[in-house]
Amino acid sequence: MNNYFGYQGVILRVNLSDGKISKEPLNLEDGVKFIGGRGLGTKILFDEVDPKIDPLSIDNKVIFATGPLSGTATPTGGRYMVITKSPLTGTVASSNSGGFWGAELKLAGYDAVIIEGKSEKPVYLNIADDVVTLEDASGIWGNLVDETTTKLENIHGEKARIATIGPAGEKLSKISGVMNERGRAAGRSGVGAVLGSKNFKAIVVRGTNKVNIKEPDKLKGAFSNSMTKIRENGVTGQGLPAYGTAVLVNIINEHGALPTNNFQESHFDLAEAISGETLAEKYLKKKDPCYRCPIGCGRYCEADYAKGAGPEYETIWGYGSNCGVSDLGAIIKANYWCNEYGLDTISAATTIAAAMELYQKGYIKKEDLDGGPELVWGNADAIIEWTKRMGEGNGLGALMAEGSYRLCENFGVSELSMSVKKQEMPAYDPRGIQGIGLNYATSNRGGCHVRGYMISPEILGLPQPLDRFATEGKAEWTKIFQDFTAAIDSVGLCLFTSFALGADDYADLYNAVCGTTLSGNDFIEHGERVWNLERLFNLKAGIDPSQDTLPKRLLEDPISSGPSKGWLSKLSETLPLYYKERGWTENGLPTDEKLESLGIKEYK
Amino acid sequence: MKVTIKLFATLRIGRGKILKKEYPEGTIIRDIIRDLNIYEKDVAILLKNGISTKMDKEPADGDTLSIFPPIGGG
Ligand code: SF4
Repeated sequence: MNNYFGYQGVILRVNLSDGKISKEPLNLEDGVKFIGGRGLGTKILFDEVDPKIDPLSIDNKVIFATGPLSGTATPTGGRYMVITKSPLTGTVASSNSGGFWGAELKLAGYDAVIIEGKSEKPVYLNIADDVVTLEDASGIWGNLVDETTTKLENIHGEKARIATIGPAGEKLSKISGVMNERGRAAGRSGVGAVLGSKNFKAIVVRGTNKVNIKEPDKLKGAFSNSMTKIRENGVTGQGLPAYGTAVLVNIINEHGALPTNNFQESHFDLAEAISGETLAEKYLKKKDPCYRCPIGCGRYCEADYAKGAGPEYETIWGYGSNCGVSDLGAIIKANYWCNEYGLDTISAATTIAAAMELYQKGYIKKEDLDGGPELVWGNADAIIEWTKRMGEGNGLGALMAEGSYRLCENFGVSELSMSVKKQEMPAYDPRGIQGIGLNYATSNRGGCHVRGYMISPEILGLPQPLDRFATEGKAEWTKIFQDFTAAIDSVGLCLFTSFALGADDYADLYNAVCGTTLSGNDFIEHGERVWNLERLFNLKAGIDPSQDTLPKRLLEDPISSGPSKGWLSKLSETLPLYYKERGWTENGLPTDEKLESLGIKEYK
Repeated sequence: MKVTIKLFATLRIGRGKILKKEYPEGTIIRDIIRDLNIYEKDVAILLKNGISTKMDKEPADGDTLSIFPPIGGG
């Protein structure tokens, strides 16, 4: 029993160079200021890592961070974040995952684990409450994720929770992630490669402690209030439980904003074949919810040999319409291989789409394919086989495993990479949805939808409908969504709860657990602090504001057909308003006054 | 006037995916929703030719309506 509330008060530091493992007290002031998870992890990274370093050098560190609500009796309290400097983007990376691993780490007694240095030989970390050891990983190095997980479960028991990289991370693929419980991923920004560069394979964790709650009665009230809202909300109470995220395929396609053939089109005639409705009818075996989750958006599907978690909407889109593929079984298989090799599905799929455009335009030639399936639109074999080749790092597959930007740059046409800050954009065409484009351009980790999910107001009408083509109001909304999300990622809950919960609800949960007195606005301001800290890290890393932009295609080539025909991203209108809304200079630099008011001026 | 109605997710149950219907001039979308036995509260997203619209609007001959119940995000 410790004296903290919400936090465990311990940060675990593992130095791989000398094998030293130490436990350090959490400075509660950092908790108060940066909450936990994404915020606390970014603060640690900034304090300890020079933003200018090579991300795959020994100087980088990887922080696994839970939030104060992780492992508590709150809805979806099982999340964790992986924070490091990204080898894909050169920005701060903070990848979020669900499942059970995050809660287990917290219950083992840790708010965060810092992995630093580099091991001479492959190792993994074993945490069983307060007993922590580094173990030889030579028997699992090179293994796929399922095999690795099974072997470690055999050694450490079925109850152990396992987060591991796959062969893609070992081979330093810049689009590799960390997988936990086989099918859950801290997928984006190449966090797997940073662990691979350290000869670090996995963390096994078993936790049997509790988290102290400051005001248990208050928590009961806040919990039941939030559960009621989640159940009564159409999205969290009906839509996500029934169809998962895949139901978006038809919705986004009906709006004419479903990127197709590497964003050359925005409408896919065969969308029905890859829709959430078809997935539920033909392939869905069961739901696969995360720790203490009343929503349960997770799916478990089967297509022949491919059995496991997913596919999510983003994956179906990436391998589906964006590669012109309408074979949902093949998409499930490609998703399966991403999970096995530890590849980020969004980046892997979108890189194959970029390769298909390079093939279409004659940059990649038939002789470059080493006998592999032709990279032509709609080729279902190609999405499966090229995913495997990326995972193995073979031939052209090795170049593709660097992500679409470096692939296209290699052929002198980086503009064919549909990425922002070198990270592939997800499944919404920003020409037909103006706010999401602004969010993509300004996201602190490059192309990403979950930094500020403007689809919620612009398409789903939550918390209120916004005209998706309009530019008015988008700067304000994007900022609020980004800050709000940063706070949710820091507290340790799933972003999907925010379809139903408002800032006051999160503040109530957080206050009851930690004994604080935050208002909803304070909660969002904490997120703003995190956002600005990430921005400062990126600026110091040399990612200047000129990179707050979108691929040329989205700014210059209007959508050619469908309901969004004729539209372009109007980023040049929304970006200046966004900088202003953020209280930054017109050149996109946080002002002294802003940093002062957020209490982070010393990081400038 | 002829209207194509595309239904999604749970709204398909007992109704089908794509309906081609004929309505007299002056019919508004609310009338069509009622004709299909759909409760208004079960309509979360309503599109006319891919553009967001409202219940009191009148479709034109050849229009396509897409109707979604509350659904997930991603
Ligand atoms: S909503 Fe989905 S992703 Fe979020 S915690 Fe629940 S099952 Fe996991």
